[in-house]
Amino acid sequence: MNWLSQIFAIVSFSLRSIPQRLGSSITAAIGIAGVVLVLTGVLAIAEGIKKTLTATGAPDIAVVLRSGSDSEMNSGLSREETRLIADSQGIARNDHGPLASAELFVIVDLNKRSTDTPANVPLRGVGAASFDVRGNIEMVEGRRFESGKNEVIVGAGAARAFGGTEVGKSIKIGQNTWQIVGIFTAGGGIAESEIWTDAAVLQPAYNRGDTFQSVYAKLNSSGSFNQFKDALTTNPQLNTLVKPLSEFYADQSTQVTEFITTIGVFISVLMACGALFGALNTMYGAVSSRTREISTLRALGFGTLPVIISVLAESVVLALIGGVIGAGVAWFAFDGFQASTLNWATFSQITFAFAVTPKLLVQAIVWSAVLGLLGGLFPAIRAARLPIATALRDS
Amino acid sequence: MKFLSLVIASLKRKKLRTVLTILSAFIAFLLFGLLCALREGLMGGVNIADADRLIVRNKVTLIQPLPESYEARISRIPGVDAVAVSSWFGGIYQDPKNFFATIPVKPETFLDVYREFKVPEDQKQAWLHTRNGALVGPATMKRFGWKIGDTVPLTSPIWGQPKDQSAWDFQIVGSYEVTKKGGDNSTFYFRHDYFDEGKVKRKGLIGWTTVRVKNPDQAAAIAKAIDTEFENSPYETKAEPEGAFAASFAQQIGDVGKIITGVVSAVFFTILLVAGNTMSQAVRERTEEIGVLKAMGFTNGLVLVLVLMESLFIALVGGFLGLGLAWLFVAKAPMPSTIPPLNLLNRDLITGALIAVALGLIAGAMPAIQAMRLQIATALRKN
Repeated sequence: MNWLSQIFAIVSFSLRSIPQRLGSSITAAIGIAGVVLVLTGVLAIAEGIKKTLTATGAPDIAVVLRSGSDSEMNSGLSREETRLIADSQGIARNDHGPLASAELFVIVDLNKRSTDTPANVPLRGVGAASFDVRGNIEMVEGRRFESGKNEVIVGAGAARAFGGTEVGKSIKIGQNTWQIVGIFTAGGGIAESEIWTDAAVLQPAYNRGDTFQSVYAKLNSSGSFNQFKDALTTNPQLNTLVKPLSEFYADQSTQVTEFITTIGVFISVLMACGALFGALNTMYGAVSSRTREISTLRALGFGTLPVIISVLAESVVLALIGGVIGAGVAWFAFDGFQASTLNWATFSQITFAFAVTPKLLVQAIVWSAVLGLLGGLFPAIRAARLPIATALRDS
Repeated sequence: MKFLSLVIASLKRKKLRTVLTILSAFIAFLLFGLLCALREGLMGGVNIADADRLIVRNKVTLIQPLPESYEARISRIPGVDAVAVSSWFGGIYQDPKNFFATIPVKPETFLDVYREFKVPEDQKQAWLHTRNGALVGPATMKRFGWKIGDTVPLTSPIWGQPKDQSAWDFQIVGSYEVTKKGGDNSTFYFRHDYFDEGKVKRKGLIGWTTVRVKNPDQAAAIAKAIDTEFENSPYETKAEPEGAFAASFAQQIGDVGKIITGVVSAVFFTILLVAGNTMSQAVRERTEEIGVLKAMGFTNGLVLVLVLMESLFIALVGGFLGLGLAWLFVAKAPMPSTIPPLNLLNRDLITGALIAVALGLIAGAMPAIQAMRLQIATALRKN
């Protein structure tokens, strides 16, 4: 008990004296706030992209490509093949037939609103069953396109990021003019980055003959994926690659998210070093300005452990204050922030929102606590080792 | 500088603090250098673009092709000097992770349009005479340990395999050197005729063309003439200066790059603030000492200079070490393939050095002025 009360006394003493060293304490906290801000901010980009791509992946949707292709961009399927796929075992059906949508994926140029420069926007030609396959497409404005007409609907993210995408306007792509008839959401998924039209209209516009690039299929249940996959792989007429939608998009996102995470962590580690030096400086300063107090306490019979703990506590408290500020700023400034970037897998723009998740916030606080501990450790040991007699005689 | 020893002595007074402060400045400038290099990497090519080159591509998007016959039609347009056709092959060596830019071109016109590519004459001749010959950037040669004379099989997710073969076999006949700083040195160039014969689809179509114009001042007019030439055809074109083309790519990565830059700049200045604060604290603590100096007859001006020098020393040592390491890192360190090639420009190094000087002066200014104005009596009475 004696130890505990000693620790309590000495910790509260050192914490209460922080205002006397306000200048350097604030800079230490700011340094750590900066680290946490950057770490959280950059990782929130990666989280946002991941979230967009995984929000797309309902477990009972599968996507089929030509084998050997790694994205829709370089896949190709004939109408015959798409029919065989649609008739395979494991696909859910409704009154109109199997829930499979043969789709076409091309890229068009639209101007980004933010920079007014052209960017690659995905234009997807979908089959009649596509809305039932996805199941989460909601029109927030206007109506769906009519099949056979040069009409498009624009994903909410794309509508936000690219100019000239309001309902009622039209976009001219090559020889064709497309009328915008609606804006849709897709539960935050990647379809919101896209523009959709009828595949049958898109085929001639892009000289695609009667070919498609992918088939999106709704399965009987999430358990019937293997049944579906076996049906496709054992069919000698087909040479396809089939993946659950979630896995398909997770694979596509790895390159971008890895890039951002690598850079983010690298920068944060460097900055953490910078902040650590700042914290060390502050704490060494705090110890040296309190040399006499600490020695007096020691002379009064306080043990070395309470002294060490008091310095560590001060450091961790400062770091946590910084960490909370940094995480808070990141959360207020970045969470939900709309941005877009290039998804290298499909060479086209993906719009997403920064996601400052609770996991990231916790991670940020843990980081700052670790920085505080490290920054306080050596000064704490020094404080504990101060030779009492010389220290008291000093200054 | 007879007072140098005095400056050094004050820096040694609290060695640990000096070292830690130098280290924070060091980290800040290391970060600055790497960030500039990363930005240049992301902006890829915008700065090395030639004013007298145009990129002509399908108006709809880059992934839509153009007919090969456009090459001849473009070269007939007045003011056009040379035309090079290119396509995107998307080569993969053994594993999908081993992906690099692989571009089929026509050797004769390619080297004529891209004059900054230096190829030894014998290698050039070999390329002209080897149908499956490839010219490989030194970075890619190094990455896979290839040497001239090697035969390498590549696959392409876009183009599949050539008929009756499991992969595209290339013979490396040479390498090139880019004479411009920051130029791309990882691309794998091979011959268009080999490509067009081997591919099973889209025969007779190419990806885009690069046009060298005789007079850069006419570049805009010629771009317009090219677009007019193909107006209302099934393959309309969009011709733009190489720089604008590269910039539009950089802008596509856009937001993310900008945000990283923004956030890190904010933090760069935060670390500078931390370092600056420590430096001014170091001076404040020495009030008494400065009083003594003055009592001994040091002029106000001299005291100011001494304090500033001390602060400059810390900033410059930290700054130069940081920038130096960033430079070394960019030049030597192996990079994961997910990171674009880094490129640290002299301009950024100079900016960094200037910021270091500014940091030293600004952080030292307040305490230096305080020190200058300090009354001897007050200073000596203080403790």
